[in-house]
Amino acid sequence: MSAPAKVESLRDAYGQALLELGERDPKLIVLDADLSGSTRTVLFGKKFPDRFYNVGVMEPTMMSIAAGFSLEGRTVYASTFAVFAAGQAYNFVRQSICYNRANVKIVATHGGLLVGPDGGTHQIVEDIGLMRGLPGMTVIVPADAPTARAATFAVAEREGPAYVRLTRESLPTVTDGSFQIGRAAELRSGSDLTIVAVGALVARALEVAGELAEIGISTRVLDLASVKPFDEPALLRAARDTGAILVLEEHSVLTGVGALVAATTGENYPVPVRRVGVPDLFGESGEAWALLDRFGMSKERIREEAWELLRLRGKVQ
Amino acid sequence: MSGEEVPAEVVASLEARAREIRRHIIRMTYAAGSGHPGGSLSATDLLTALYFRELRVDPERPDWPDRDRLVLSKGHAAPALYATLAERGFLPREELLSLRKLGSRLQGHVDRGKLPVIEASTGCLGQGIGMAVGMALDARLSGRPSRVYAVLGDGECQAGPTWEALMAGGHYRLSNLVALLDRNGYETDGSTESILGIEPIADKFRAFRYHTLEIDGHDFRQILAAFAEARRISDGPTAIVARTVKGKGVSFMEGQHAWHGKAPSKAEAERAMGELGGTLDGVVR
Ligand SMILES: Cc1ncc(C[n+]2csc(CCOP(=O)(O)OP(=O)(O)O)c2C)c(N)n1
Repeated sequence: MSAPAKVESLRDAYGQALLELGERDPKLIVLDADLSGSTRTVLFGKKFPDRFYNVGVMEPTMMSIAAGFSLEGRTVYASTFAVFAAGQAYNFVRQSICYNRANVKIVATHGGLLVGPDGGTHQIVEDIGLMRGLPGMTVIVPADAPTARAATFAVAEREGPAYVRLTRESLPTVTDGSFQIGRAAELRSGSDLTIVAVGALVARALEVAGELAEIGISTRVLDLASVKPFDEPALLRAARDTGAILVLEEHSVLTGVGALVAATTGENYPVPVRRVGVPDLFGESGEAWALLDRFGMSKERIREEAWELLRLRGKVQ
Repeated sequence: MSGEEVPAEVVASLEARAREIRRHIIRMTYAAGSGHPGGSLSATDLLTALYFRELRVDPERPDWPDRDRLVLSKGHAAPALYATLAERGFLPREELLSLRKLGSRLQGHVDRGKLPVIEASTGCLGQGIGMAVGMALDARLSGRPSRVYAVLGDGECQAGPTWEALMAGGHYRLSNLVALLDRNGYETDGSTESILGIEPIADKFRAFRYHTLEIDGHDFRQILAAFAEARRISDGPTAIVARTVKGKGVSFMEGQHAWHGKAPSKAEAERAMGELGGTLDGVVR
């Protein structure tokens, strides 16, 4: 395979992109809730102190304040950890932001199990489901730093509420940053099987696809960073062309991208779909990457599920 | 503050115990490579006084129904509570170094499912005090003598749910409830007063119908006197505003919010242990 990918921080990419947005849009407001060092909004705060508010430990009200600013005509970015943005503040996101169609971009860091040692209270694996269920909400789950950067700009261009989920951990760079809302990125072409992945698991999808190629199996890899709106044509094309879809997400399989893919193919072009993600469990403390293995997202498990799909399609014994 | 006379040797033994707990906190966060030393060290004397003088609890019968309850609403101070529980005989000291490791009972934020001696799982701020109100209501309804103590952070006092719960405690006149504020002055990103001021905090508690005491949270005589006074209040809850120092006991951590959520390096941990009268290596104790 190619040289090992660069590993870059999605949070740093976000912080840098915000600085550029602050230059471009002199009315842009950024809010944070006492986690500005971790989310990197502190960079914006240092450069544009008049347009930055660290409101303290009050995530629900931060969302209402953000909506208030936006109802007066400003674009607002609000950041905190995903468990507080999507969990703690849910109904404030729902009413203040979404019901009002406020132009608020929630960029949530520390999504998923990769939060690591802080443990299950902080590892939200339900946020994609919560956010994509909100009418009018755009939901983006970048797989790497270039996509995090591109998504930060892209949500500014698109009027209305958005939720961008970033990881605490740095991730291997797997895209060229040509992210577009509503488009799936085909990171590898293939005809025997499709792997649809988001976030930290896109890199694992590519690794497994590479291994399968060595034994003559051709795997298409779709990065579904734009979870809502999502690229239904690309998904149905994959169903038609490859006849089987494996979904990888660092999120609960009950409500995440796997559920979306299964429902969409089931209604339009039924093919076997298998979901690799977090089972119906809370996370726990541990080293971040070890947790992915422990909760059923190891490469071995991904290979097994891929094999099972290929077997179902009669492509292997 | 009118205090019962606490003998000097009792104070000395509490101070020695607290120093041991602080040494555990440094070893634990160093071994974990992450965690929250600042707010653990500020709360250490309060937890020591609670577990060694105030709470009616029994390591032989951790689920004794009539025991007093301690809810760590600022659940990130988990290392301080684990170390105190170990010193009090509720868990083996050897287990302390498993903090935050895969499979450990000592989760990054206190977890009742993994470690049943924890009265309530916390970590997301603003919820522990509400659970304490529920427990205090239950004690009253069931006619149990249990008292309920909730340790709050001052950053946590910015969160709305904290005040909803406190309002309920005042409304229901829960004289078996003590809200204990670790007023160390800092949260994650800086001082509370520079980010979102909570002062005048004692007046806020009073306005929420709490019998409110202000003490030095590192002076055992004042801490114990406040607990004693709270026991004498029969018509409502008590709030204790304990003025503390974030990072207390480790000179380079004191008053530095940078140590809110960061583990010490080896050199830093060794220096901290030197100041606390111990060494980093070797088994705990
Ligand atoms: C609802 C919620 N928001 C944010 C956090 C992240 N967080 C953990 S500790 C902390 C600061 C808390 O400050 P304080 O209560 O003063 O704690 P202390 O200084 O006593 O450690 C924050 C924002 C959290 N745990 N819960």
